[in-house]
Amino acid sequence: MNGRSVGFLTLEPRAHASRHWVWGAPLLAVALTLVVGAILFAALGKDPIAALVGFFITPLTSAYGLAELGVKAAPLAMIAVGLAVGFRANVWNIGAEGQLTMGAIMAGGFVLSVNHLSGFWILPLAVVFGALGGALWAAIPAWLKTHFNANEILTSLMLTYVAQLLLNWLVHGPWRDPAGFNFPESEVFSPSATLPILWEGTRLHLGVAIAVIAVLAIWVLLSKSFLGFQIKVMGLAPRAGAYAGFSLRKVVLTVLPLSGALAGMAGFFEVAGPIGQLQPAISPGYGFTAIIVAFLGRLHPVGILFAACFMALTYLGGESVQMFMGLPLAVTGLFQGMILFFLLGADVLIRFRIRIGAPRPGKAA
Amino acid sequence: MAQDRTNPRLVLRGIVKRFPGVLANDHVDLEVYRGEIHALLGENGAGKSTLVKIIHGVLAADEGEILWEGEPVAPRNPAEARALGVGMVFQHFSLFDSLTVAENVQLAMDGARDLEVIAKRVRDVSAHYGLSIDPERHVHDLAVGERQRVEIVRCLMQNPRLLIMDEPTSVLTPQEAEDLFKVLRRLADEGVSVLYISHKLAEIRVLCHQATVLRAGKVVGTQDPRTCSSKDLARMMIGDDLAALERRAPKVSGAVRLKVDNLSMASDTPHGVDLRHVSLEVAAGEILGIAGVAGNGQNVLLSALSGEHHAARGESVRIEGKPVGHLGPRERRDLGLAVVPEERLGRGTVPELSLADNALLSSYGKGNLVTRGFVDHERSHGLAEHIITLFGVRAVGAKAAARSLSGGNLQKFIIGREILQNPTLLVASQPTWGVDAGAAAAIHRALLDLRDKGAGILVISQDLDELFAISDRIAVICAGRLSEARPAHEATLEQVGLMMGGLFDPPEPGGSVSGGPESRGMEVLS
Amino acid sequence: MEMDLGTTAAIATAMARAATPLALAAVGELVSEKSGVLNLGVEGMMLVGAVSAFAVTATTGNPVLGMVVAMAAGMLMALLFGFLTLGLLANQVATGLALTIFGVGLSAFVGKGFVGTPLPGLPSLDIPFLSDIPLIGPVFFGQDPLVYVSVAIIAAVSWFLNRTRGGLILRAVGENHDAAHAIGHGVIATRYRAVLFGGAMSGLAGAYLSLVYTPMWIENMSAGRGWIALALVVFATWKPWRLLLGAYLFGGVTIAQLHVQGLGVNIPSQLMSMLPYLATILVLVLISRDATRIRLNAPACIGKVFHPER
Repeated sequence: MNGRSVGFLTLEPRAHASRHWVWGAPLLAVALTLVVGAILFAALGKDPIAALVGFFITPLTSAYGLAELGVKAAPLAMIAVGLAVGFRANVWNIGAEGQLTMGAIMAGGFVLSVNHLSGFWILPLAVVFGALGGALWAAIPAWLKTHFNANEILTSLMLTYVAQLLLNWLVHGPWRDPAGFNFPESEVFSPSATLPILWEGTRLHLGVAIAVIAVLAIWVLLSKSFLGFQIKVMGLAPRAGAYAGFSLRKVVLTVLPLSGALAGMAGFFEVAGPIGQLQPAISPGYGFTAIIVAFLGRLHPVGILFAACFMALTYLGGESVQMFMGLPLAVTGLFQGMILFFLLGADVLIRFRIRIGAPRPGKAA
Repeated sequence: MAQDRTNPRLVLRGIVKRFPGVLANDHVDLEVYRGEIHALLGENGAGKSTLVKIIHGVLAADEGEILWEGEPVAPRNPAEARALGVGMVFQHFSLFDSLTVAENVQLAMDGARDLEVIAKRVRDVSAHYGLSIDPERHVHDLAVGERQRVEIVRCLMQNPRLLIMDEPTSVLTPQEAEDLFKVLRRLADEGVSVLYISHKLAEIRVLCHQATVLRAGKVVGTQDPRTCSSKDLARMMIGDDLAALERRAPKVSGAVRLKVDNLSMASDTPHGVDLRHVSLEVAAGEILGIAGVAGNGQNVLLSALSGEHHAARGESVRIEGKPVGHLGPRERRDLGLAVVPEERLGRGTVPELSLADNALLSSYGKGNLVTRGFVDHERSHGLAEHIITLFGVRAVGAKAAARSLSGGNLQKFIIGREILQNPTLLVASQPTWGVDAGAAAAIHRALLDLRDKGAGILVISQDLDELFAISDRIAVICAGRLSEARPAHEATLEQVGLMMGGLFDPPEPGGSVSGGPESRGMEVLS
Repeated sequence: MEMDLGTTAAIATAMARAATPLALAAVGELVSEKSGVLNLGVEGMMLVGAVSAFAVTATTGNPVLGMVVAMAAGMLMALLFGFLTLGLLANQVATGLALTIFGVGLSAFVGKGFVGTPLPGLPSLDIPFLSDIPLIGPVFFGQDPLVYVSVAIIAAVSWFLNRTRGGLILRAVGENHDAAHAIGHGVIATRYRAVLFGGAMSGLAGAYLSLVYTPMWIENMSAGRGWIALALVVFATWKPWRLLLGAYLFGGVTIAQLHVQGLGVNIPSQLMSMLPYLATILVLVLISRDATRIRLNAPACIGKVFHPER
């Protein structure tokens, strides 16, 4: 018996990592979040069952709600899948929110400069600008890491604040719509620069379909390509990668801009889809929530699709309980943080068996 | 002799320790007496380290009992073991590099004590036993042998009644080992018991009074090693007679596979040893062995040859006559190089990945494993299966994770993977370190076969027996400098041992004018 | 540029006020990292500290109680982090991120009812007579109490790490946890203590923001200061006194944006607000460039999971 005691629990290492718990842990985390959520609602004086139904079920009972789920899951999935590529390589881009913002700024700047024109070429070009904006913004921490050894977690996060301040300045200053009654907003994008709606009567736009395609493309990259193999090796054992002749520098300079491009595209989809113009606030923290999505989806593209839908639901649920039960919107953030905690805790089951009580001697492991 | 064979100081009865999938200790019994140097003998993986960790309180036994001076004890941690009077010198030192010797000693003492007092006692104890160390120095400035002395002195400061030494000579030159034996004999004379772990038969026969042999977690016998032959002990340890390694004379064709010319390179670890003005040549059809105590620049040398580190000048490393010092591992592999690094997990393989993926790790440039940027997983799977059958790797299949293999089997897999790339030049570091005797013999056989096919082979090893068994020429690395290579049949253990202590003139005059041994080397000898 | 003594004193005071929360949060993280634990949840712990300090002070009118509760709240958050990373062996980077995300959500949730509530600022602790000395007086002896407390804590941490046995053990655990375990020191217990200290300091830093610096509760009011504190630890190469220097440099950068505008230079406020973030990046780059220096000073076991066989 090789138990290790953690308070009242004992951890016993497994001979092999449990495949079941790799996917069981996220489900357990969701279940625990629901339980604690119910307790929380009860503590706030609400009927817990009604609140949970209002949070997790009500939003899905209308066509509009289902479409909104897609609209919110798309940016989450697209950003998360990019982050997952990085996390697999042990590259911690946590500035996706800033890359999203820069994508919106670059693409938005392009759109505003041609807003009086029309043509089918505007939209694809704007998407390219969005991707470029995000990629370049993410290339900065990549370059600072490879050339100056600067920690990408801190630099990418600092750049998020910079990007948000930049957007704020642009919509308050140079890009403010002169006919906009002094609101900090740009002109509304022309129809040529707006994403077509896929489902009439909802906000489900073309970007959602592109997001799904992007996720599948990353799946192929990770599972089939040699680059995907290099990323995996670099993340698990960088010294083995160096021995094999893979370049950490190359991986970092590929992975960060790639995730930045996906976030930048997501940023453009937000402003060219649901929002329709540039504003100071264009994302309810998608770039940060996507970190949770990536972990909840086990850094696997298919898992991320499911996780993105679930996390999108927490946004809708927060709005729903705010509207119908008068609970603060911040419940969403609370649920999101909680689920990540439970997930990280539940992950211990992949490598350990857990027994309640102190280690017992004389028992076979 | 202060031996007292009436009341054993330490008795183990029926000790059992299980790890996931392994029975590390299977009902082990052991008795150690006062003033006795007791050998714990066994192959790698026989369960020696596990057993002493239990005595030292690092691990808890699943079954069985420990009697200390007749009383049942169960130390829950090293501090409790220390309070009983058990001291241990670890194989991988438990020292803190950034701290001074005195601070290191202070950390291991119970209760707060003044550094000055400790420094003085360190000087006293080291003078008493002839273990010279300066308590003010930082551990990162010390050579490996000196670090071991710190560990020993740290133990002796607590006046232990049982001193456990885990493979102490693996980091020493033969001369340093002799000095250590003197200290241990003196301790035994003073009544201290010593539990001496080793797999080296010769030293056990000159040093120990009693030997307990472990095989696959079980005690297979207890003998007085002075009265039985090395062959008997080996048979007990391995459970079989090992076929002697058959060597044919080298067929050196004269083609130079590898030429290193005046290569200097800084270490990439904070307190590592830099490589200084190293020159060497490996011809086709020969094995050049590089001996040396661990931590004398071997790591940098391997990285410089494999391409993990680039040299300032491309010409300082040549493969098949082509300058490659500026090239990476992949380009060097394309010229016929294969590399077996010292660390099997985390460098030679990715522990979490399958053997199929690990076959791909260094073979991706060959056999159409990668086409147009996509991996042919069927081919890499096939390659892994091929390595497994050809080199007798015991694994559940190509899908097994690298970390699930035993050390010996994983090393056979890595060597097989490298040999199947048909290298004209193979560089291998510590190829049989921590490997059981059967696997070691197979690995030596494979290396000699490759040599006979005309490849040039460079083996870096701290195991002198291994180098004398397979090398055609031997050079010694010390403090980052490399000696001239000499034919293995002309070299003696004494000569090589002295050179490992730094007593040689570097072949290249480009370096320091004096050419004399560095201060570190001198201290080792003093 | 002409400045009278009063302006200089005002600038120095503003600098100290901007530096103090950074210094507090960073010294807590320094101790945690010295023991080998990288806690990226500083921002989250600060926010939770800020909101609990504010809520308690607004309800009870007792700022000291508010600070104590903020420290306790920060420690609770740190305990959660410790349980996951030290107990359940979760990845420290991911758990730290989770702590921050959770802290943002939790503080917003708890603080909902306190948005817009006014709070009287803390009185400054004027040391009699000394604070009346021109220039030197107000600068050195006319600050609010936490400014002195933060300097005292840094002095205490420096003394603890370098002069005490407990500090030696903590450094040893951070440098080589296997060796520390092998010679019988409690790695996990030491780390729990260090992480809890980090939580208390982050909580106090948050309390300073919501009780002294602003003083009010605004969602996400730490605005990245937790992350800047993390960068400061690197900047200081894990040395307490350098940390204080770094915090005051950053304090200087933070107030520069206000004073440049005061001097009539017409730069949009948003662009000036970027300064601390850009300065953080610059500082990180300058320090990290020398990889050997970082490696020599960084605790060798930082971020590594400790799981002894047993």
